[in-house]
Amino acid sequence: MNKLFIRQILIALLVMPFSAMAVGIDIQLDRAPDRSHDQAALQHGARVFTKYCLTCHSASFMRYNRLRDIGFTEQQIKDELMYATEKIGEPMKVVMRRADAQRWFGVVPPDHSVTVRARTSALGPGEDWIYTYLRSFYRDPMRPSGWNNLVFQNVAMHHVLWEFQGEQVLEGDPSGKTHKLKLVTPGKLSPAEYDNLVADLVAYLKYMSEPSAGPRKEVGIYVLIALFVLLAFAIVLKPGFIKLEKRP
Amino acid sequence: MSIANTKLGGLVAWIDERTPLTATWKSATRLAGYYAPKNVTFWYLFGTLAIVVLVSQLITGIFLTMHYKPNTSLNESGIPLAFASVEYIMRDVPWGWLIRYLHSTGASVLLILVYLHMFRSILFSVYQKPRELTWLLGMAIFIGLAAQTFVGYLMPWGQLSFWAAQVIINAFSQLPFLGQDFTIWLRGDYVVSDATLNRFFSFHVIAFPAALLWLLIHHVPHTVKDIRYFLAFLIVCVAVIFFRPEAGGYFLEYNNFTQANPLQTPQHIAPLWYFTSYYSILRSITYPLFGIDAKLWGVLGMFASMLIFALLPWLDKSSGKTIRQKGPIFKLALALFVVAFAALSYLGTVPTDPQRLLLAQICTFIYFAFFLLMPIYSRMDKPRSNEGRGAR
Repeated sequence: MNKLFIRQILIALLVMPFSAMAVGIDIQLDRAPDRSHDQAALQHGARVFTKYCLTCHSASFMRYNRLRDIGFTEQQIKDELMYATEKIGEPMKVVMRRADAQRWFGVVPPDHSVTVRARTSALGPGEDWIYTYLRSFYRDPMRPSGWNNLVFQNVAMHHVLWEFQGEQVLEGDPSGKTHKLKLVTPGKLSPAEYDNLVADLVAYLKYMSEPSAGPRKEVGIYVLIALFVLLAFAIVLKPGFIKLEKRP
Repeated sequence: MSIANTKLGGLVAWIDERTPLTATWKSATRLAGYYAPKNVTFWYLFGTLAIVVLVSQLITGIFLTMHYKPNTSLNESGIPLAFASVEYIMRDVPWGWLIRYLHSTGASVLLILVYLHMFRSILFSVYQKPRELTWLLGMAIFIGLAAQTFVGYLMPWGQLSFWAAQVIINAFSQLPFLGQDFTIWLRGDYVVSDATLNRFFSFHVIAFPAALLWLLIHHVPHTVKDIRYFLAFLIVCVAVIFFRPEAGGYFLEYNNFTQANPLQTPQHIAPLWYFTSYYSILRSITYPLFGIDAKLWGVLGMFASMLIFALLPWLDKSSGKTIRQKGPIFKLALALFVVAFAALSYLGTVPTDPQRLLLAQICTFIYFAFFLLMPIYSRMDKPRSNEGRGAR
């Protein structure tokens, strides 16, 4: 009885700090579809990235020739993806000078090599954040760019993919819970097609944030199997308790 | 098998005739090695595993040093070279990602093992006479490891690297008299900068590893050798390294994938998980006392919470040699301490609010009460008679 009581108190104490976790998060991120094994989606994402994002955002840790990972041939990379450089071993840099960017946008557009990893937070994984962000632009006449974003309020970036999505407006108060985005001018793509485009782009960004993630998991399985085999041998061949070896 | 053994023995004898190799090893380890406790169990494994991980850290560290650049100047894409060189290791160096994940996971695993090793010491009261010196050397290793991981965490030059260093170095400046001068020396500058990164790099790859190895030789009384436990341990590590290298943001924090920006303070600054309990204590002390302001008390509390373990041999008056033989009060106190430590560790990872602050203050009280009241309650306890294991 006494022991049980103590145990209950200890468990309650242990749980208490975790119960204080609910913090005011009012943005709900949409889940980005997992397309990390879908080569066609990754290739499509790479095309969108190099065509629409790479004008302002560098990916200076990502070399063009690494795109062979996701099934491009060297010729394809040279012909279809390289706009800013001549050499296939070069990383994805932008032509725009940083000082110019600072003057034009107020901030230098960030490098996107590891953005998916960096954007992971209490809200959710980084890919969900970007997936939601790229679909949450709306018209705002108060902003210099004419655009605002629900996920990233007062962001300096304008809606680069607006031709595809069309124009949304915000209904309700962005700080309240009642806000909603409404499509007023349709774009070239239907909402479902646009979501699909963004999902492919996000899949590519996720791949780019850790190109070794695929091989990493593959190697990991072999290493685990090898260790389990060794462990089996060790258990069969060396029964007994821990041996203590004393130094003389 | 036996031929190989003889050959190896012959080689050792050959070396022994010509150098004082084994004599040095023996005399160096004797200081502590003399007094190995009798009751060795599963719990004794963690110290040995920690040595294995430490060796792994040294080896992976050598390879990381080949490619890492402790330089904060920006490359043409506007990214600090230090930050970029880490990503270079992750992408362009063959198997670099594995070496880096081994090293980053190793740091956290090492601290997990050290904490378990220390917990074991309290369970079995291994620090009691005549092993006080072994315990103190162990404490020096613990402080050395804390310093080593602290300077190592600056290396990637991410947002949290920068701001965690900023917060902790500023904590030193609160210390009276030498505080200000010491922090300027520590940073090599008035702000955390390239000079800081360079001297932290020097500490991380030369000074602290050398000191740690020296301490370790004098601390280790014996090692547990059982391949099955090593393999089981490796399997757990491999699962983390290959499948969850960030460990949910605890081993590699997500905000540290953003390059350091001295002009933009993150909303929430926290050190890595193994320091968050002490960081919680720093934040929880908010009352000025005896004319000394709360900030200084907080800093003193933080340092005291790490150093107070060193006093255990003189605080613990209980007679039981294992936790089974100890009385109910000691068991309860230890359980409360573990809960408080875990709660503080968690609270240090999240932003604070009044409710959490109160909880952290209660836990801080329990934390220090566990140590400071120990001479009283460990005497009051009625130890069980010498039954059970460990009494042989």
